[in-house]
Amino acid sequence: MTSIVAVVPAFDEEAAIGAVVEEIRAVDPLIDVVVVDDGSTDGTADVARAAGAAVVRLPFNLGIGAAVQTGFRYALEHGYDVAVRLDGDGQHDATELPKLLIPLGRGEADVVTGSRFRGGDDAYRPPLGRRLGITWFARLVSILSGQKVTDTTSGFQALNRDAIALFARDYPSDYPEVEATVLLLKHRLRLVEVPVRMREREHGSSSITLLRSIYYAIKVTLALLVAMARRSAVPSEGSPR
Amino acid sequence: MTPVRISIAAAIGAALLLLIILELIRGRRLKERYALLWLVTGVALLVLALWRGGLNTIAGWLGVGTYPPAILFAAAIMFVIAVLLHYSTVLSTLTDDNVLLAQEVALLRARIDVLEADATPTRKNPAATARRAG
Repeated sequence: MTSIVAVVPAFDEEAAIGAVVEEIRAVDPLIDVVVVDDGSTDGTADVARAAGAAVVRLPFNLGIGAAVQTGFRYALEHGYDVAVRLDGDGQHDATELPKLLIPLGRGEADVVTGSRFRGGDDAYRPPLGRRLGITWFARLVSILSGQKVTDTTSGFQALNRDAIALFARDYPSDYPEVEATVLLLKHRLRLVEVPVRMREREHGSSSITLLRSIYYAIKVTLALLVAMARRSAVPSEGSPR
Repeated sequence: MTPVRISIAAAIGAALLLLIILELIRGRRLKERYALLWLVTGVALLVLALWRGGLNTIAGWLGVGTYPPAILFAAAIMFVIAVLLHYSTVLSTLTDDNVLLAQEVALLRARIDVLEADATPTRKNPAATARRAG
């Protein structure tokens, strides 16, 4: 029996987090849910706990990358076979979750990403700026890694033990998904994309606005090149283990 | 030639800097590993200020023989850049360590929450209490 934990990073998502947790539990009650509360100032932790999730509360806001990594470290420490990451704002549809688990179950992949662009979601039409950014990074990562990747910005991912161990040790910080894709391919982990539907955000607005997406594109491109040039992909000093 | 007054002012400045650094080290308000770069800075500036012939020679090599004190400024700026760069590396390490600590604290607190939730209802159960004591 594979033990599965859903890692849900959340920052001030008290309006959405309850439904997210309940939805995951409705899909499969055997999946444990851990909500990583990234220093929220609202009732995110209490709502999540009431919905039946384990809650890891960061003492202050660390940003999405470190929050997600905390979840992976939780998964590693508690010996889960599989970790699935879903966002706390409800944009990832938990009913799509079983699709992500199939390639892992067959041992065909170490990481499975839910892609909005691999023929799955015709309805998903992000604004032009973001679409350009997503395409740019998909191309760039495909070139850098030599593997075709269609959606490098998706945070809807399932990981096996090898991938959990890698990301628990080393995970990028600010907008982590693109860099993480390069990281895992550099470590020769097998990445498989499956088409998924994603929802519009239920509450709040995306953290990526037009102006910020330009800054984001430049910053992440630099980070990618740095990641490729780094002497060792995994820092030996200061690693938790 | 270097004006004498600039040499005197620079020497006093460098000496003051050295005194302050030494005092900070003595009072344990500056760790030796961070002080080293500052000490080198202070000594280098003091040497350049006092060794007027040397300053003139170096200025001649670099083509600013008409105004040798430029070398003093250049040296000071170089050392400040070195110190700043060093601080950036220190900051990066501290940031990483800080994240690790925060994560560790959060994970430990989650474990404590579970332990306490488990412990509360079994406190009335003598068997469990005995097991825990044993």
